[in-house]
Amino acid sequence: MATEPIDLEVAGTCTDAAGSAIGMPQLCDAWFGNQIFWLLVTLVVIYFILSRIALPRIAAILAERQGTITNNIAAAEDLKAKAHEAEAAYDQALADARAEAGRIIDAAKAEMKADLDVAIKKADAEIAERTAEGEKAIAEIREGALAAVKDVAKDTAKELIVALGGTADARTVTAAVNARMKG
Amino acid sequence: MADEAHSAAATTGADMAHGADAAHGADGGLVFHPMDQFLVKPLFGHAGDPVFWYTPTNVTLWLGLAVLAIFAIMVLTTSRRAVIPSRGQSVAELAYGFIYKMVEDVTGKDGVKYFPYIMTLFMFIVVANFLGLLPTAFTPTSHIAVTALLAMAVFLAVTILGFVLHGFKFLGLFWVSAAPLPLRPILAVIEIISYFVRPVSHSIRLAGNMMAGHAVIKVFAAFAAVTAIAPISIAAIAAIYGLEVLVSFIQAYVFTILTCVYLKDALHPAH
Repeated sequence: MATEPIDLEVAGTCTDAAGSAIGMPQLCDAWFGNQIFWLLVTLVVIYFILSRIALPRIAAILAERQGTITNNIAAAEDLKAKAHEAEAAYDQALADARAEAGRIIDAAKAEMKADLDVAIKKADAEIAERTAEGEKAIAEIREGALAAVKDVAKDTAKELIVALGGTADARTVTAAVNARMKG
Repeated sequence: MADEAHSAAATTGADMAHGADAAHGADGGLVFHPMDQFLVKPLFGHAGDPVFWYTPTNVTLWLGLAVLAIFAIMVLTTSRRAVIPSRGQSVAELAYGFIYKMVEDVTGKDGVKYFPYIMTLFMFIVVANFLGLLPTAFTPTSHIAVTALLAMAVFLAVTILGFVLHGFKFLGLFWVSAAPLPLRPILAVIEIISYFVRPVSHSIRLAGNMMAGHAVIKVFAAFAAVTAIAPISIAAIAAIYGLEVLVSFIQAYVFTILTCVYLKDALHPAH
């Protein structure tokens, strides 16, 4: 076991005969000047490396990245607005098309209805005409039938009177038949 | 006894002149030299050569490596300037955003112009800490001379900045106007003491944390020489190493955020 000989008198030389540290090498004032000198050189060099090259460069890189991100976000916003616009246009077109289709359907319906009305009217007129003709024919037939019945009745009455031995007075017979027919 | 142990430590001390002694002391049992890793040595020439202020030392080497690492992390990775970052560029951007946000949050918008200085501090400390975790590395931030310089630089800069920006109104920092009048002089004394203790705690916190962790790893490493407890020792090294990785980052973070807090006092001294 070695115990460090902390001899302040010898510590002025900082190392013993074997080259080992005596006490704390940090407290060896013979080396302060050397460390301070080289440290100052180092700090100045580092300061110039950082302030002249590294920091402006990194600041520029970060600014450029921020700019790129901002631009991309703006572009994305733009595209989003465009998409909204396109959607609105699409909706508008759809609504227009629906309205147009409705209008066409209504027009077609109206046209068809007009055609139909004309046809119905024509058909009604024809039907009425036919009905009138028929009724006329029926009336004619009925009149003809009445006249025939009158003639047959007169003839039958005359024949009956003759058969019964009377003389058939045409005027009386006609009067009687007419009276009967009315009754 | 001590000499014998020290001879054995020459294997870690990298002093070729004492190689014969090292061979002699190799079977000398447990050897503890946890502080040898903090020695400052000249890069060229003999180990015993004197260290002048301009001598290139292992401090120079590891500070230089820190500069290269920072250059690689912050400059080389961002050379493509990609909008969609690579992994390396993400790290650089993360470090930038982390410190920038810290400065902005703690000091406010008007503190942002001091961001490069704070970024320099943070990058230096965090990179030096992590490089120091490499085996056989030297850790500049474990030296009080280094952290004291950093802390004094922050302290002086903040104090001068406070007086330049606010003149004598900066002294309002010590005059707690929210407290009852009789208490204010007492509080002022306390505030002034705490103000001047700042650089001390600021520097010792960083150096102490780094030194302690590295020394503890070295102590456990010495135990690994004993076969019976080597597995425990190695497991402990792994565990402490994991802790040190965490500490390396946290101490850099703490040093930087305290700098921001002190800077905020200079910019807005009112309580």
